[in-house]
Amino acid sequence: MKLRGTVHKYGANVDTDAIIPARYLNVSDARELAGHCMEDIDSDFVRRVGPGDILVAMDNFGCGSSREHAPVAIKVSGISCVIASGFARIFFRNAINIGLPLLECPEAASEAESGDVVEVDLSSGEVRNVTRSKKYSARPYPEFLLDIIAAGGLI
Amino acid sequence: MNLAEKLLAAHCGRDTVGPGEFINVRVDLVLANDVTAPLAIREFRRLGVGRVFDPQKVVIVPDHFTPNKDIPSAEQCREVREFSREQGLVYFEVGRAGIEHVLLPEQGLVLPGDVVVGADSHTCTYGALSAFATGMGSTDIAVAMATGEVWMKVPASIKLVYSGELRRWVGGKDLILYTIGRIGVDGALYSAMEFSGQAVEALSMDGRFTMANMAIEAGAKAGLFRVDDKTLEYVRGRARRAFRAYEPDPDAGYARVIEFDVSDLEPQVAFPSLPSNVRPVSQVGTVELDQVVVGSCTNGRMEDLRVAAQVLGNRKVHPGLRCIVLPGTQDIYLQALREGIVERLVEAGAVVSTPTCGPCLGGYMGVLAAGERCLSTTNRNFVGRMGSAKSEVYLAGPAVAAASAVLGRVAGPEEVGA
Ligand code: SF4
Repeated sequence: MKLRGTVHKYGANVDTDAIIPARYLNVSDARELAGHCMEDIDSDFVRRVGPGDILVAMDNFGCGSSREHAPVAIKVSGISCVIASGFARIFFRNAINIGLPLLECPEAASEAESGDVVEVDLSSGEVRNVTRSKKYSARPYPEFLLDIIAAGGLI
Repeated sequence: MNLAEKLLAAHCGRDTVGPGEFINVRVDLVLANDVTAPLAIREFRRLGVGRVFDPQKVVIVPDHFTPNKDIPSAEQCREVREFSREQGLVYFEVGRAGIEHVLLPEQGLVLPGDVVVGADSHTCTYGALSAFATGMGSTDIAVAMATGEVWMKVPASIKLVYSGELRRWVGGKDLILYTIGRIGVDGALYSAMEFSGQAVEALSMDGRFTMANMAIEAGAKAGLFRVDDKTLEYVRGRARRAFRAYEPDPDAGYARVIEFDVSDLEPQVAFPSLPSNVRPVSQVGTVELDQVVVGSCTNGRMEDLRVAAQVLGNRKVHPGLRCIVLPGTQDIYLQALREGIVERLVEAGAVVSTPTCGPCLGGYMGVLAAGERCLSTTNRNFVGRMGSAKSEVYLAGPAVAAASAVLGRVAGPEEVGA
């Protein structure tokens, strides 16, 4: 599957409280959660994000809580995939389980900036920064996970 | 095999497992709370299995926004309560409950040798009992509820060896903050931390729960202790089923071994906005505070309340500051009442609340306004964690919390003469 979108770039250690603040966890409606996505570190994100856009971040993206509300909020906000230098463990599982594609690719993550247009081929793991005319390959998923991804999530 | 590998091998029917292998693990207990259970219930329904794999092995603790803080939380709690009744799960109602990670060990629901998965990242707390316990999201938990199994990747293990004797007022919180300060918030990413050495052997169980609790703050999948006399003493009288202690092999392999001499370690304070942003209390400078919180699954246990009360002595809470104390469970609350700790705290001018997560995640019972600073015995100081994105959270143990409550600024226990 091929994705193409505009980059929204963040730094390292973006935690789950930044992705969806805990004060909104009194509801589990996906649309409502998405309306507060990234609110505490980027109050403008929800207004700027367009369908298919790509979120890019540095190391340890999604650290902190186990709340599945975090990948759900990102997905429903319109983001088609997340590219990062690295992901926190529970976030990684949750995203795969709910069908939000993640790509681990330190070079692509560090060189991309907000506003760049990036194309991703999920099956080959190829990342292409159209704005900068650069190509990268993301770390391939272990085969075990490919089955879950191919099934569109765990359930 | 190391401790994590021993525990996991025993739960997937294999003689040996090694780092990086994908395995299906049989779990002894599955946990969710009022915030994560609603999503898990929804996914469970989608699976269409009807019943959970074993109602006695699925525990639901409404603790985050309880007693219900508003109408949406009340609705979530009702959904969770109804599901628990329908399925006959182990459910703890407000007034007979507490913060999940303090409550489950206290009630003897987690025992050495168990594998536990919980829809809460601090499920790793049970590693103090030598259980392989780890946090997952709601979908994984739904599958575990339905089948009693989850997939896992066997983690690499990092052995942390702490030598030396801890100074007065230095405890588990200081050790783990110091460790995270040294290795970073992703220093143990995807790994199991195995805590050992003289200094952690000398810790009480309460101190060990605090350390294991914050393994996730270094990115770890689990934080494990070996079983010793203190562990056995703790589970005696609580355990209502058989359990087994596993030992790492003498020639076990570790991805890393890190040694710390902690004899001169001071109480530690993590500055905003990462738990790794740690300084010894003597290097803090002047940081004035609006609020101090003592509680949470990290430091809401009996020993924490005793330490806070001891440091407080007969002193009063500083007039410019609010001090909020949250005992971890009803049993701890009652014990604190009996020991006169609650009376002492109220006399000093502190709020003593019913057990709840409350302010730890910015839920209620002490949410921060823009520009406010709080020193808290909780485990996360991310931007906006306890309220406004413009507020600040400093993390420390109960001794520093009590001294800071008296002086109105971040302070060590020695500064109040304790
Ligand atoms: S006390 Fe805080 S960290 Fe612990 S379970 Fe509750 S919200 Fe999570």
